[in-house]
Amino acid sequence: MIKRRLQIQTIAFGFLKAAGLLNGVALMIIVYFMLSRGWSAISWEFLTQPPKDSMTAGGILPCIMGTISLCLMTILVSLPIGVASAIYLNEYASQGRIVRIIRLGINNLAGVPSIVFGLFGLAFFCIVLKMGVSIAAGGLTLGIMTLPVIIGASEEALKAVPDTYREASLAMGATKWQTIRKVVLPAAFPGIITGSILGLSRAAGETAPIMYTGAVFFTPELPGSILDEVMALPYHIYVLATAGTNIETTRHLQYGTALVLIVLVFGMNLAAIILRSKMRKKLRI
Amino acid sequence: MDSNIKMHTQALDFFYGAFQALYNISIDFIENQVTALIGPSGCGKSTYLRCLNRMNDLIPGILVKGQTMLDSQDIYNPSVDVVSLRRRVGMVFQKPNPFPKTIFENIAYGLRVNGIKDKAKITQIVEKSLKQAAIWDEVKDRLNESALGLSGGQQQRLCIARALAVDPEVLLMDEPASALDPIATQKIEELISTLSSKLTIIIVTHNMQQAARVSDRTAFFYMGKLIEVNDTDILFTKPELKQTEDYITGRFG
Repeated sequence: MIKRRLQIQTIAFGFLKAAGLLNGVALMIIVYFMLSRGWSAISWEFLTQPPKDSMTAGGILPCIMGTISLCLMTILVSLPIGVASAIYLNEYASQGRIVRIIRLGINNLAGVPSIVFGLFGLAFFCIVLKMGVSIAAGGLTLGIMTLPVIIGASEEALKAVPDTYREASLAMGATKWQTIRKVVLPAAFPGIITGSILGLSRAAGETAPIMYTGAVFFTPELPGSILDEVMALPYHIYVLATAGTNIETTRHLQYGTALVLIVLVFGMNLAAIILRSKMRKKLRI
Repeated sequence: MDSNIKMHTQALDFFYGAFQALYNISIDFIENQVTALIGPSGCGKSTYLRCLNRMNDLIPGILVKGQTMLDSQDIYNPSVDVVSLRRRVGMVFQKPNPFPKTIFENIAYGLRVNGIKDKAKITQIVEKSLKQAAIWDEVKDRLNESALGLSGGQQQRLCIARALAVDPEVLLMDEPASALDPIATQKIEELISTLSSKLTIIIVTHNMQQAARVSDRTAFFYMGKLIEVNDTDILFTKPELKQTEDYITGRFG
């Protein structure tokens, strides 16, 4: 009997371990493909020059700068609104009808397909608000798409702050706002920042929301104002792979661009992890 | 006699929604004395304590009836500012709960939120508060280190110092030593005795020896009712009611 139970346990553990390992394997295969096929495209020129010869040669600097600009705009939109919403929902709002409606809204926002965000951004930001195809319109669209992630991460971080901190602060004659600003937010900050950067790195790789709102097929110019249109890494890959002048000859450029995008996203995730551990250390010891 | 009653409740009833947790509680708290609230778990003594600085306000759906007077003012009067009430009636909690800040900032926090900006004054009050809480000698060389690096007993004395920094008139203590070892507990008890010369202290405790050691007066709660309140030496030696006697001699509870 005991032997059989142990065998079942061994099988179950083996299955769980395999499932865990699969994640790493999938990631390694992706990275391997990108490296093996894209590495040859990477050069100083590739990273610092605009594309040339109808995008069959040259670099991707405008795409890198465009994606970074879009990310900055996105975080500028989504971080303040997201954190403010999370504070309202978690610290202030009494759990009633209004909060239920807001939560329903946030949950559904998270489920809206990214192409729908793109169309919404085109209709509302580009046309109604007359922003045109621009960093502003693209960043706002990505920002709204990222809001549910940031609200979710911020709420988790706020919930993880022990109530005893809030009680101790209030018991000393601090107002609720002082308590939130000086005790709760600093304690929740590492979690908020990490969650936000992870949400942002997701947004950095999105194509659909920006293809009508922020990104263009080709522009040799680097962005100068938030009303400029930009090239962007994910959209550039899409363009080269589907609508480029010569899809086969630019294959290594597509992989090279994908590699740059992945490195950018990994870099952001790594920064999030380092930032969190540093801030935690500062808070604890 | 009446003039030195610092705080009292008169016929206080307390409800969590439809559930009545406290019935008709009337106690006088005499200035610069220690009053202990004892009774078995769930008897309402912590709920009662949290009525005295309106900490229960944080819970939705509560209702307080009766009078709760601090000096000559009913603290549940709509004109009362809860924030300044809580500055006057400080609180120390069951589990030490220092902020994840430095030792210095933990104490300075209460001063800053109450609008004190003068650095020299803050430094001076921080030192004074830590001395009052008998922890200055242990932390004076590490004021800029995290408070979370202190031992449990030190953390609790830091929390007492933090509460003292804003100069409260009444200090509420909710089982302040229940999470501590005997030596740390002894230090807290000595501290309570010293502090009572300047403060009115109301302490909830599970530990009857502790109530007997530190308090001038003791109130015995059972099932949301106040059974008996008297001078501690009388209540522990000649209680009026059989129920009180049974509890303090350990026959139930």
